[in-house]
Amino acid sequence: MSNAPAEEIPAEEIDLTEANEVIDKYLTLPGNLMPVLQGIQEAYGYVPKPTIDLVAERLNVYPSQIYGVLTFYAQFHLKPRGRFIIRVCVGTACHVQGAERITETFFGRLGIGHAETTADLRYTFEKVACLGACGMAPLAMVNDDTFGKMTVQKVDEIIETYNARPMK
Amino acid sequence: MSDNAGIKILICQGTGGISAGAKQVEAEFTRLIAEKGIVAQVGKRCDVVKTGCRGLCANDVLVDVITPELGRVTYDFVVPEDVAAILDQHIVNNEVIEKKKAKAYYNTFVDQQMRVVMTGCGQIDPERLDAFLEEDGFKAIEKCVKEMKPSEVIDEVKKSGLRGRGGGGFPTGMKWSFCAASPGNHKYLICNADEGDPGAFMDRSILEGDPYCVIEGMMIAAYAIGCDAGYVYVRAEYPLAIDRLQKALDTCYEKGYLGKNIQGWGFDFDMRIKKGAGAFVCGEETALMASIEGERGMPRPRPPFPAVKGLWGFPTNINNVETFANVRHIINKGSDWYSSLGTDTTKGTKIFAVTGKVKHTGLVEVPAGMSVRDVIYQVCGGIANNRKFKAVQAGGPSGGCIPAEVLDTPVDYDSLIKAGAMMGSGGLVVMDETTCMVDVARFFLSFTKMESCGKCVPCRIGLKAMLDILERITEGRGEMEDIDTLLEMGATIKKASLCGLGQTAPNPILSTVKYFRHEYEAHILEKRCPSNSCKELLLWQVVPEKCVKCGACLRACPSNAIKWEKGEVAFLVKENCTKCKSCYDACRFMAIE
Ligand SMILES: Cc1cc2nc3c(=O)[nH]c(=O)nc-3n(C[C@H](O)[C@H](O)[C@H](O)COP(=O)(O)O)c2cc1C
Ligand code: SF4
Ligand code: SF4
Ligand code: SF4
Ligand code: FES
Repeated sequence: MSNAPAEEIPAEEIDLTEANEVIDKYLTLPGNLMPVLQGIQEAYGYVPKPTIDLVAERLNVYPSQIYGVLTFYAQFHLKPRGRFIIRVCVGTACHVQGAERITETFFGRLGIGHAETTADLRYTFEKVACLGACGMAPLAMVNDDTFGKMTVQKVDEIIETYNARPMK
Repeated sequence: MSDNAGIKILICQGTGGISAGAKQVEAEFTRLIAEKGIVAQVGKRCDVVKTGCRGLCANDVLVDVITPELGRVTYDFVVPEDVAAILDQHIVNNEVIEKKKAKAYYNTFVDQQMRVVMTGCGQIDPERLDAFLEEDGFKAIEKCVKEMKPSEVIDEVKKSGLRGRGGGGFPTGMKWSFCAASPGNHKYLICNADEGDPGAFMDRSILEGDPYCVIEGMMIAAYAIGCDAGYVYVRAEYPLAIDRLQKALDTCYEKGYLGKNIQGWGFDFDMRIKKGAGAFVCGEETALMASIEGERGMPRPRPPFPAVKGLWGFPTNINNVETFANVRHIINKGSDWYSSLGTDTTKGTKIFAVTGKVKHTGLVEVPAGMSVRDVIYQVCGGIANNRKFKAVQAGGPSGGCIPAEVLDTPVDYDSLIKAGAMMGSGGLVVMDETTCMVDVARFFLSFTKMESCGKCVPCRIGLKAMLDILERITEGRGEMEDIDTLLEMGATIKKASLCGLGQTAPNPILSTVKYFRHEYEAHILEKRCPSNSCKELLLWQVVPEKCVKCGACLRACPSNAIKWEKGEVAFLVKENCTKCKSCYDACRFMAIE
């Protein structure tokens, strides 16, 4: 969702090789700012601050313009994210089938809210609008795995499953 | 249809199918066919075809077996363990496995529909160009380029009566003619596959199930308008659709169906995918263009219209996925055939995504003009869990709720608007007596408030103010004046907003006040939520007279708040209860309130 809370941006050292490769790939493409940022996010899992400066310099745009884009679209992230991204759909079909109690149960079990990451970097939780599988509402996803017809009990099963998975 | 003598095993691999395990089922078929030497045993080819979505995702994994002896038989809820039996019994011994066969309603679901746009979805392998070519793929563009002038193509589309499927319902042929009339050799064509409307997933299914039909539609439009470059703007939440479309584009370039001098026809067209990044407002056409240009996706005032000055200042034409998917059928079968389907003002078929409290959720394609009632009761089997129908929400965040009194409204652009809703992209979210209409209005408003781009004040501030009022009402702190305030503010926001988001955002409130004012009043005057939905107003107890002592509530409760013994009425322990409502949904007798 667009209005993600303002996030602190951690200062860090980072290997810029991959970011440079992404920029090389799209350098001459018109409208390349978004694909570049999407590519960087894919490579690093989020958009690290040093890459923003790099993009500004190499594409010759103001950092403010880049932040404008990053904060406008829901899918850009300025902070490292968890190993497992839990998404719960709160679209219409899921809402009428009880999505709210699914999100609240996750909040309760994980101790984090929307767009937050657990301290151990295992989980990031996100509410999202419609994953396009509304026939199986309410819907949750963990990374690429889809869980249809969610119930409060299944929340516990999911957390157990992914607690048992290795971090790397 | 291709080689009729062989055996075909169609496995549904849309997003629904895959999440139900279709890949494992496919792997098992492939493995066992080889291992058991099935082809040698039956003396026929035996192809495993991975298809897109057939519409009834709730029953996945769906597997259709087509043999010369038994025709087409559908199995549902197939798991890898079933595969050996299907091969041995059905394919080798020609015996249908009655136990696994999809129940009668599956055929009702399929037979009541009329598939035009989705003919390929669930039939063909979306990753094989040959499969598309066998279904007359690219015949329509070939006919256009070889036999028709661009203006004749536009006339044909005009005569067909096709209107845009992206929501507004603007006549497609007319839109094309505007862009065609703009001067210049370089023009853009955009396919809007943002599908931001939550509850709608037809665009996704078309792209996943038959991506070539969208490409062909765009080629025809490009030829008609005289443009040489196109984008498909797909939302990033649809990785499978992006993947299948990208594969289709790559194949088209490889085989000379895209690029310069396509098939030697003297016609050039280039296209690429542009991935969205999660902003609903980017479905609005001027915002979408800003987003392709690499900026924040904010709507721009019109005029200038995109047909005159669009993407990077060039004339641009934007249509929806389903709109483009219609076009090849109009060219192949003629505008007369097309306009014979549907109603006076809405021609052809329309795909609906029917979800919510309905028995068979899914994608259905029906002739425009079928009544909402028939879509819900005939095609989709009516309301689930023996509950009572309350309303159906049509048209997403821009639309409204249709109550039982107007269920016989035909599904066409104009009738739906008269009923206070709209076609939108075709999402129908069915609601029963457990859905609170004030809460539904609040839900949509929190969505549009969140997604407002913030450019204009009525939308940015107004929606927030309306949401505050609705929240107060659902928490039992509303006042009677609030209803009038909502109506007044709604009218102002509709008038004063720059883009369609703000102009339609108040609709869910206006339609629920119109048809369900009594629910607003119950929240305000009696501090009661008639549907037992609004948390703050719940008392929450088991009504002993209604309880049939089945124990379903106990199994549903995650918090140990239900006490129940066999043969006893259930009891709800308030201290443990988190008001999660799992028990309420599990109880089929409405005994908890
Ligand atoms: C806020 C907003 C969101 C929209 N989202 C979509 C969308 O997701 N898909 C779509 O095809 N049209 C969407 N539209 C409508 C488009 O702006 C445009 O009218 C449509 O793509 C035109 O195609 P058509 O003539 O084929 O219907 C949206 C409009 C608004 C105002
Ligand atoms: S109406 Fe809303 S979404 Fe549209 S331009 Fe104005 S603020 Fe943005
Ligand atoms: S589910 Fe309903 S009917 Fe069954 S025991 Fe619980 S309250 Fe009673
Ligand atoms: S509302 Fe939830 S916690 Fe309370 S009794 Fe029902 S199932 Fe248990
Ligand atoms: S509304 Fe949840 S997947 Fe569409």
